[in-house]
Amino acid sequence: MIRLLVALLSGAMFGVGLAVSQMTDPTVVLGFLDMFGQFNPALAFVLGGAVGTTTTAFHFILRRSKPVFADQFQTPTACTVDRPLLLGAAIFGVGWGLAGYCPGPALVGAAGGVGTAMMFLPAMVAGGLLHRIGRNALANRH
Amino acid sequence: MNVWLLALLGGVLIGLSSAALLLFNGRIAGISGIVYSLVKRPDWSEWAWRLAFVVGLMGAGGMAMRLLGQSTASPAGTRTLLLAGLLVGFGTSMGSGCTSGHGVCGLGRLSRRSLVAVITFMTTAIITVFVMRHLSGGAA
Repeated sequence: MIRLLVALLSGAMFGVGLAVSQMTDPTVVLGFLDMFGQFNPALAFVLGGAVGTTTTAFHFILRRSKPVFADQFQTPTACTVDRPLLLGAAIFGVGWGLAGYCPGPALVGAAGGVGTAMMFLPAMVAGGLLHRIGRNALANRH
Repeated sequence: MNVWLLALLGGVLIGLSSAALLLFNGRIAGISGIVYSLVKRPDWSEWAWRLAFVVGLMGAGGMAMRLLGQSTASPAGTRTLLLAGLLVGFGTSMGSGCTSGHGVCGLGRLSRRSLVAVITFMTTAIITVFVMRHLSGGAA
């Protein structure tokens, strides 16, 4: 139960952070990606604040033998740069540049009642599931 | 408040949220993965924390947007939005992460995979915006 509360509060803080930093505004995001036009550096401050915090905090957290309310840390174990990573990231970037939404801001924007986010979100979930279904189908064939 | 200061403050909140999830629950705040595995997850407790995270994210984030008077839409048209959604969904599932999982958490863990992913999606996003805005004169 306590872990559910942590997840709820962590999600809430993440959502407020996205709204406060204006990452929920696609024009601000696209302004950052428009390096050769009307460049808006806001996203660099957001990423700088976030990554500065996680780099410092994770350093100390991952020194612990286990998390406070769980038996072990469940961090990703893959460590090689492979084709799905590169191709997937490249495809994600194209979609991000087309609309100015990545997954977090799309969820928050849809909850905030922004029409374009409400349109983007179901397509995004469909895309994610499409990949998972395809991957599982391929895995079952071998 | 100054817009850069707000951006920095929002970023720190995002970082603290990710740090809290790792410290207390031992989990990575990767939003794309959390959302897709919500749809198909046989194990109840694995499913429940993800749902709680998304409920908190959407509930508090949506409320914050309304309080801050944010309602700016994407300049993309309907067809572009749907295509972009499919690409973001497919790509983040295939690449095992998005701006939160690879960007905020992966870089925080000093993961080489995440660094490569972030450089890759930043590059293709910047190229896409360049083509849309400066070459094709498109809507975005």
